[in-house]
Amino acid sequence: MADPVVFAEGLHKSFGDTHALRGLDLSVPRGTVCGVLGPNGAGKTTAVRILATLSDPDAGHARIAGYDVVREAGQVRARIGLAGQYAAVDEKLTGRGNLRMFGRLSHLSRREAHRRADELLERFGLMDAADRQVTGYSGGMRRRLDLITSLILRPEVLFLDEPTTGLDPRSRGEIWDSVRELVADGTTVLLTTQYLDEADQLADDIAVVDHGQVIATGTPDELKATIGDRLDVILEDPAALRPAATVLKALAGTDPTMTGADRLGVALPGGGFRLADIVRELDRAGVAAADVRLRRPTLDEVFLRLTDRKELV
Amino acid sequence: MTDLAPPLGHRLRWTFTDGLTLVGRELGRLRHDPGELVAALIFPAVMVVLFGYVFGSAIQVPDGGDYREYLMPGLFAMVTFSAVMAAMTRMATDASRGVMDRFRSMPMARLAVPFGHTGADLLIGLLMLAIMVGAGLLVGWQPHHGLIPTAQAFLLMIVLRYALSWVGVYVGLAVKNDQAADAMVPLFLPFTMLSNAFVPTDGMPGWLRLLADWNPVSALTAASRELFGNPGGLAGNVAWPLAHPVTTVLLWSAALLVIFVPLSLRAYMSRGR
Repeated sequence: MADPVVFAEGLHKSFGDTHALRGLDLSVPRGTVCGVLGPNGAGKTTAVRILATLSDPDAGHARIAGYDVVREAGQVRARIGLAGQYAAVDEKLTGRGNLRMFGRLSHLSRREAHRRADELLERFGLMDAADRQVTGYSGGMRRRLDLITSLILRPEVLFLDEPTTGLDPRSRGEIWDSVRELVADGTTVLLTTQYLDEADQLADDIAVVDHGQVIATGTPDELKATIGDRLDVILEDPAALRPAATVLKALAGTDPTMTGADRLGVALPGGGFRLADIVRELDRAGVAAADVRLRRPTLDEVFLRLTDRKELV
Repeated sequence: MTDLAPPLGHRLRWTFTDGLTLVGRELGRLRHDPGELVAALIFPAVMVVLFGYVFGSAIQVPDGGDYREYLMPGLFAMVTFSAVMAAMTRMATDASRGVMDRFRSMPMARLAVPFGHTGADLLIGLLMLAIMVGAGLLVGWQPHHGLIPTAQAFLLMIVLRYALSWVGVYVGLAVKNDQAADAMVPLFLPFTMLSNAFVPTDGMPGWLRLLADWNPVSALTAASRELFGNPGGLAGNVAWPLAHPVTTVLLWSAALLVIFVPLSLRAYMSRGR
């Protein structure tokens, strides 16, 4: 595999007595979306700030496209885009005015800056609002403007720090669509989020961060597989609870839990179970099931298991 | 930083170009939202009316001149000092809204941001002074010593304004929070009024007079009165800064620049957060 385009090793950062990062490692292959998932205060934003050259690590090092974020910050800045939790645009200017200004500040020629502004407004559906002051934009429109402002220089790596926090579902969907388009163009995206469905929707790989460290990595499917599938059985006759429990225990290796008067549930370790086999086993024990459901766990369940901080989700 | 630094000339050129882009940004903001300028001018306008016609009728000008002639140089100084608040608010707003972070994460010239802000403030300051001059002429103020001293007086205001805008840039960067910056704006009033802008300082109690005499607002006011030939001339024992107001203004400007330009640049460049 080619060198990762985002690479961090042993990042440490403290603010007074608070250890925001305690040895964070991260590696993102080119052209993929990496979802950095974690509760509030896990260190996600601190990590992004270091990778985007806004803050220096106390220890450890990081490279973007091979350039060190501390020693070669100028090279890094020419290759990244950053869109944050708040819309970092000038509210007094129009959408077009913002894009032109940031284009000029990115050292595009006047003509090129104007052309690029129109191109981005057109492509991301903001042309109708182009000449309105940003003050009058909706939350979703501002966020989209913030996002496309970070695309002016066609960055190799785009950092999205909680890009949809506080947005309504429709605006979230629009941001997601925009991100998918970028990925199709080959942009590498590092996305922090506390929404698990967002990571599930967008990320190729997920890094779960807690207490300033990466505590698990993998594709969404791999992470789900670590806690196994979930089996739920609803019985036709509650009297069959005992034999049903015996069957489930034999399959799972652990005692099932009663989730209702006529239903049982159990986590199946590893995966690889087939619904047909389970039904056959129940049948053989003479248990009549009204419903048998085998489902992947949600990322929420994975996240809860990994971070063990229920109150935060 | 051992960054693969481009040649110095190249960097200077980009600092200048990016600075101009940011000056253009302020003018763009002004065009879309002229209310900000109007709001900034309402206060001195109210002062013209309030002091020129209400309190002024009861204030005795030292050498018996017209009070509104006496007042206008003080109001020019007041408008000049609004640079601190204006630059502070703009800087703090950019810092708290993430605009500053975007600037910092871009491959633009780093020094362009503080220089662009102060450069833009200079233009806005000129515009405000022009409007104040119009207001002054309207209420009967005028310069009496001819073109050169008049130009010198305005030049002094501009030099001091530029130095003061760096104070604002530093404070704005230090508070990083637009609400905290807004909360500091009311300090502006007592600071500018604790001077000779509205009344002579000799009537104040000793300790207060000391503060007022050394207040740069007083020096700028005294210098302008002298250069414009407005009443309020000096009599009796005067404090050193008011006896040499032009020198004092230049010394204040130099001192503020020497202190606050490096402090601001350091605060802007530091990436410790």
